[in-house]
Amino acid sequence: MMLELRDVSYHAEDETGVKEIISHVNLQIDERFVAFTGPNGGGKSTLAKLIAGIYLPTEGQIFLDGEDITNRSITDRARMGISFAFQQPVRFKGLTVHDLISMASGKKLSAAEACSYLSEVGLCAREYINREINASLSGGELKRIEIAMVMARGTKLSLFDEPEAGIDLWSFNNLISVFEKMHQKMGGSILIISHQERILNIADRIIVIADGKISKDGTAKEILPALLTAKTCSALTKSL
Amino acid sequence: MALDAIQKNLLKSITDLEDIPEGAYNIRSNGGLAGRHTTANIDIVTKTDKPGIDIIIKPGTKNERVDIPVLLTETGLDELVYNDFFIGEDADVLIVAGCGIHNAGGLKSEHDGIHSFHLAKGAKLKYVEKHYGEGEGTGEKILNPTTVIEMEEDSYMEMESAQIKGVDSTFRTTKATLAEGATLVIRENIMTHGKQSATTDFTVDLNGKDSGCHVISRSVAKDESHQLFLSCINGNEKCNGHTECDAIIMDDASVSAVPKINANHVEASLIHEAAIGKIAGEQLIKLMTLGLTEKEAEEQIVGGFLR
Repeated sequence: MMLELRDVSYHAEDETGVKEIISHVNLQIDERFVAFTGPNGGGKSTLAKLIAGIYLPTEGQIFLDGEDITNRSITDRARMGISFAFQQPVRFKGLTVHDLISMASGKKLSAAEACSYLSEVGLCAREYINREINASLSGGELKRIEIAMVMARGTKLSLFDEPEAGIDLWSFNNLISVFEKMHQKMGGSILIISHQERILNIADRIIVIADGKISKDGTAKEILPALLTAKTCSALTKSL
Repeated sequence: MALDAIQKNLLKSITDLEDIPEGAYNIRSNGGLAGRHTTANIDIVTKTDKPGIDIIIKPGTKNERVDIPVLLTETGLDELVYNDFFIGEDADVLIVAGCGIHNAGGLKSEHDGIHSFHLAKGAKLKYVEKHYGEGEGTGEKILNPTTVIEMEEDSYMEMESAQIKGVDSTFRTTKATLAEGATLVIRENIMTHGKQSATTDFTVDLNGKDSGCHVISRSVAKDESHQLFLSCINGNEKCNGHTECDAIIMDDASVSAVPKINANHVEASLIHEAAIGKIAGEQLIKLMTLGLTEKEAEEQIVGGFLR
């Protein structure tokens, strides 16, 4: 998989005027496990949404395996092999966990097949499979279901927006092993937005985004030590 | 008795039955009796003073089912039917009713049913009612069901009603009176489209100590359709009452929800909830990131909501 952002900018308008959220980002990603980190409000989520097609860039182009996807819809990009686990999972009245895992996989899954994805993220599958994706599920449960959906899709690029946010400590430890396993097993590439040292540690490459630009880019070894000591990156937490 | 293809299709749409059911049933087709079967515990008797039937379930009857579908396939038929259900003490049964209209002509087809339920002490009933209209004709398809429920001590009733397609105009009235320890659960699903209109009006009197009810309505209004949801729960004793209306509005439709709760006793605990809104953009986006088109995403969201 090769993802390329060529001079990508994104402007958003609010009551104070036009703001540049992403500014002339150039990026080529072909590693298996890449982490975006950096201060809150620096543009990480916006960048992920530009890649998934939820936002369209104001300037620049995005390529997936050499194909220009800049003007492709969310649906097209999903079908071309981009998955996106939201930071804030969406609730659906009436739709069950089974329904969503089936939709993610693109076919009607048997209960046993759907359960296998839930087990991967540490949910006792039989208890969850027929639950509605509604307010009765906790934030942590929803986050894990969101990750299971991306696993069920098994696409060549999987985006995760702060999978650790809103997850309790027990779940967090499991989450790390989920990503370690995914890194080993999954055929595609993982692009993860995270502030967590333990997630950054297993990344092949860390890209620090601040003020809508790439401020640092390198291996975990090169980037992590400075990040952990730097006072400027207060958003990075060493441990929970 | 044999059903033709149109009748079979209507029957399947309202009862999930492929053909004449087993067990007790009464099929009314185009204003007349098309078939009836009774069992040792369930009797069905034609009324002599007005159109309709009495369904009498013996005390203690367990795990039996009664089907009473109404099929209208002739255009221009207009009928009013009275059905009375007597559920004996400690009986536990399922009743499946419903009306399917196939109107291929230009005249109005209308079926108005007045269903009265009498649940004796400790009786348990699940009542499922589906309404469905089809047909390429320009004639209107109108259904106005009235349900009157009287519940004696410690009886339990679950009512599921659904109107998913094709009914041009409906005015649904449900009135219930609950004695001590009785519980009533009503789930209603409605979808309107085109220029259809649907009004539902629930009134529940919680007269007995520790009686309780849940009235849950989920609806989707599309195109230029209009829906009005009225519910009134009167807590006249120590009781629990809950009414909830949840609606998705689309296109140029309009929806009004008017929940009303009256507490006439200091230990009456009553809750009402009502929410109307369009499909959330983030729900569409989430399903689109799974590879669904916007239209497919909308269908899944609406289908799940009305399940």
